[in-house]
Amino acid sequence: MSTEEKKQQSEEIDSNPVQFHEDPEEIQAISPWRDAFRQLRKSPLAITGTVIILFFLILGIIAPFITGYGYDEQFLKDRLTPPNSDYWLGTDDVGRDIFTRIAYGARISLAVGFFAIVGALIFGTFLGIVSGYFGKWIDMLISRIFDILLAFPSILLAIAVVAILGPSLQNALIAIAIINIPIFGRLVRSKVISLREEEYILAAKAQGLKNGRIIFNHILPNSLAPIIVQATLGFGTAILEAAALGFLGLGAQPPNPEWGKMLADSRDFIQLAPWTLIFPGISIMLVVLGFNLIGDGLRDALDPKMKN
Amino acid sequence: MLAYTIRRLLILIPVLLGMTIITFSIVHLIPGNPAQVILGETATEEAIQNLEENLGLNEPKVVQYGIYMADLLQGDLGTSLKTKASISEEILPKLAATAELTIFAMIFAIVIGVNAGIISAWKQNSWFDFFAMVFALIGVSMPIFWLALMEQWLFAQELGWLPSSGRESSRDPIDPITHFYVLDSILHMDFERLFVSLKHLVLPSIALGTIPMAIIARMTRSSMLEVMKSDYIRTVRAKGSGQFLLIYKHALRNATIPVLTVIGLQTGVLLGGAILTETIFSWPGIGRYVYDAITYRDYPVIQSGILVIAFIFVLINLIVDLLYAYVDPRIKY
Repeated sequence: MSTEEKKQQSEEIDSNPVQFHEDPEEIQAISPWRDAFRQLRKSPLAITGTVIILFFLILGIIAPFITGYGYDEQFLKDRLTPPNSDYWLGTDDVGRDIFTRIAYGARISLAVGFFAIVGALIFGTFLGIVSGYFGKWIDMLISRIFDILLAFPSILLAIAVVAILGPSLQNALIAIAIINIPIFGRLVRSKVISLREEEYILAAKAQGLKNGRIIFNHILPNSLAPIIVQATLGFGTAILEAAALGFLGLGAQPPNPEWGKMLADSRDFIQLAPWTLIFPGISIMLVVLGFNLIGDGLRDALDPKMKN
Repeated sequence: MLAYTIRRLLILIPVLLGMTIITFSIVHLIPGNPAQVILGETATEEAIQNLEENLGLNEPKVVQYGIYMADLLQGDLGTSLKTKASISEEILPKLAATAELTIFAMIFAIVIGVNAGIISAWKQNSWFDFFAMVFALIGVSMPIFWLALMEQWLFAQELGWLPSSGRESSRDPIDPITHFYVLDSILHMDFERLFVSLKHLVLPSIALGTIPMAIIARMTRSSMLEVMKSDYIRTVRAKGSGQFLLIYKHALRNATIPVLTVIGLQTGVLLGGAILTETIFSWPGIGRYVYDAITYRDYPVIQSGILVIAFIFVLINLIVDLLYAYVDPRIKY
């Protein structure tokens, strides 16, 4: 195509934007990932979710710079002070600044969500691939283990794990990772089983490629979309689960400013100082909402069939 | 259908066995000496030995598991370390309490969720649709223990409309027959107590039912939207049928199948949520029973409580699967 022709075409496109999509070269140039990203950018809900998560991420990172208090610093004469210019979100029953604790708590919640889900994703994906790709007795064994783990309501299984390991933030993280492993495992397994019979996988096998290469170069990249969606939605659930364990006294221990634990500590002061409960609760809800919005947006963008 | 039922029941056997291995392991995987951990650091050597004998911890693991299974098959769930009472006897009224709460939470979730979903689909892209779906999204993201605390603060403590905890008036207890207090008050023809029981159910049911309600509303909406596009609905419309009849008689029937599955699965999920709700509202159900056991390190109760809840969860999932196959004959298994 000569320069003049291109110029003319671009003028035509400017005057009539509908024709833009009629150029087959233009359509081919967009990879599915870029297309998904474009769609995601157009979704107001996904953008809202991203803004919420970025807000809490930045709040957690810059916590020491925006507040002059320590998260466990007690000002006993200012116990249960309502929100004011000194204590933006008020203080709790031992005079700790709630805003400071929420800011530091964002670090804990986001980190627990991230590490628990990444851990579950690595183990779940590995087991799912082994089970789906190799099949036979190994699939039978792994699938039954997944069935058993999924037979427990998730929070109950987490409680069982913490009852064994003892209550602490680290053990809560391990528990949340364990309960999420079968969710990723099953997802990956079903995807691998459907891909295993694809012609290009057969072709790769016929070429004599080793199993490892087929899995890493062909199967894994094609299974990524559902894994990413599940992981994003999983961050939210993991944060909720960590907060629930913290609330039951099975997660973070004092003086850690974990949001669920903050709610449990403030329960008795609900009537006297409702702000001690309102703000940590809203923080949990917003972060979970943020991840759910991004997850929904990603699902619509990556899997148009599941829209609605 | 029969073959499917049999296959589904056969799959259940290894799952149930696996569940017992997990609950059995709760005590045995405790790092260090389990008896020492249960009794605390100040326990005497004699007390530790007694407990080890009591729990059979001195036997080889396989023998211990064999005894555990033999007891389970006879309906013996062990003895509580705290109350020294048989767990099988203690757990029954608690199960009834949880079941009653779960049923009311589910009624709340279904009535509000299904209708909100229908109206949202009917008036797609309207203000109602927008607000209902935003509300549903918030509902899914809500920590239920926080919602429960907020309800308690607002409706029980600030406004004083509803009781903040428990199942009945402590000064005027119900004489239990079935341990379902609503049913018991009806059986006694005692409408005053019935009103009191219902009042106690309102706040915990809403707290427990909010997440399922949100999920059911989203599912009903998308399922209805799908059905409304189909040809037969166009035919019904062409026949001149009224909007109400079209939706509640024709569309809803086909939109129910996915919604039914979600309802079934959510009923199971409620059992997990019950631990949090019951703890906050001092509801004497199985969730609170397990929570108290954790506080007292009453491991036999933790084991049995978790096993019983998981067993019911599996049972509900089985019923949902079978119902699904029964309701939708197009699906072949």
